[in-house]
Amino acid sequence: MELDKIKPDVVHDVVGTFCPVPIAETSKMIKQMQIGQILELIADDPGVVEDIPAWCKATGQEFLGMYEEDGEFHLFVRKVKEL
Amino acid sequence: MSQIKALALLSGGLDSTLAIKLVQEQGIFVHALHFYTGFCITEHKRRLGIKKEDGSQHMNPALKAAAQLGVPVEIVDISEEYFNVLLKPKYGYGKNVNPCIDCRIMMLRKAKEIMDREGYHFVITGEVVGQRPMSQRLPILKLIEKEAGLEGYVLRPLSAKLLPPTVPEKMGWVDREKLLDIKGRGRKVQINLAKKYGIDYEQPAGGCCYLTDPNYALKFKETLEREGSITREDLVLLSVGRHLRLPSGVKLVVARNEGEVNFLSGFKNRYGYAQRKDQQGTLVIIKGVPKEEEYPLIAGVVCRYSKREPAEVIIKVKDEEKVILGEPLGDEILESFKILKGASHGVG
Repeated sequence: MELDKIKPDVVHDVVGTFCPVPIAETSKMIKQMQIGQILELIADDPGVVEDIPAWCKATGQEFLGMYEEDGEFHLFVRKVKEL
Repeated sequence: MSQIKALALLSGGLDSTLAIKLVQEQGIFVHALHFYTGFCITEHKRRLGIKKEDGSQHMNPALKAAAQLGVPVEIVDISEEYFNVLLKPKYGYGKNVNPCIDCRIMMLRKAKEIMDREGYHFVITGEVVGQRPMSQRLPILKLIEKEAGLEGYVLRPLSAKLLPPTVPEKMGWVDREKLLDIKGRGRKVQINLAKKYGIDYEQPAGGCCYLTDPNYALKFKETLEREGSITREDLVLLSVGRHLRLPSGVKLVVARNEGEVNFLSGFKNRYGYAQRKDQQGTLVIIKGVPKEEEYPLIAGVVCRYSKREPAEVIIKVKDEEKVILGEPLGDEILESFKILKGASHGVG
């Protein structure tokens, strides 16, 4: 899937926080969302690049991809099951 | 029988990882909980831009462990409540400022809430009898369980055979015979098990909480003693920089490297600060209002930790900015201001 074609249902900005806060926030948002919806997480902790895919793997969510812009990471996660 | 489901407390250390593995092997579905207290070493390192030797990021150990085990992991933020516990732990501190007993009770209470709400059968922890002096002695394990309202429902797979049978064992949900009888501080059995299961784990053991750091504890206690109170912001500041206390009681936090300069810059609008006019070298955060005669001392600290040469220093306190010429402070006087005597490393 091309990232610039993704239309996130929820955008959540956690810039300024560090692990494990971005993951805890991702988890909170995904819990509130419907299956099939997409979350865009914006973070500047460079560790999210590994954390979020690992979290998706551990919780069975779909990691769609990410890009970096001005030191901020935009990560896309599709909710595929209830947490 | 319907699928038996267990909740596990997962720090990401080897013990909690193995505890889950042992229960998983018995066909039980495990859901892991990882608690964020606000005193996480990974968070601290990332905040300061500290990387591993190979240049990669420090990874959250619980996520890494959960990914290896193939269990879902939930990160539970208890940092707000935890702050109150830290200031007034019912069962006191361990060797440093680690309120381990209260902390365990709090985590298990949260686990019980989730267990009741979502229909889990019991809770697993990686506790090993006699491993930690404060929270892992037998009477304390019992007390923690009772206070959390989970009597009989906490299974500790690594030491189960040394403990009275729990409900999951009595009910036949888990086979007690397949659980272990590890005790004490040795790590040999666990390390062999890690090999057997092919588990790659974080070293050293002891989890990811920096409240057990002796230097951090010294600074924490010193702050309470000298300032009478402590805020959540203080707790973060205590984990960064070199800490000095001037005779008037004013505290200086001196950045030790570029990562700390960047981090402490975030406090410039809340506290006073000092740095070279040309912005070379360190940044010093000033907590409190220094006396007039302390300005040269502050400038001296800036010069000492910025190339160790005389320089023009900007000191800004309460919207008032002064520029003075500073001379690097001598080691002896500097030492007398240091909260931690001698060199300090790590979180401290």
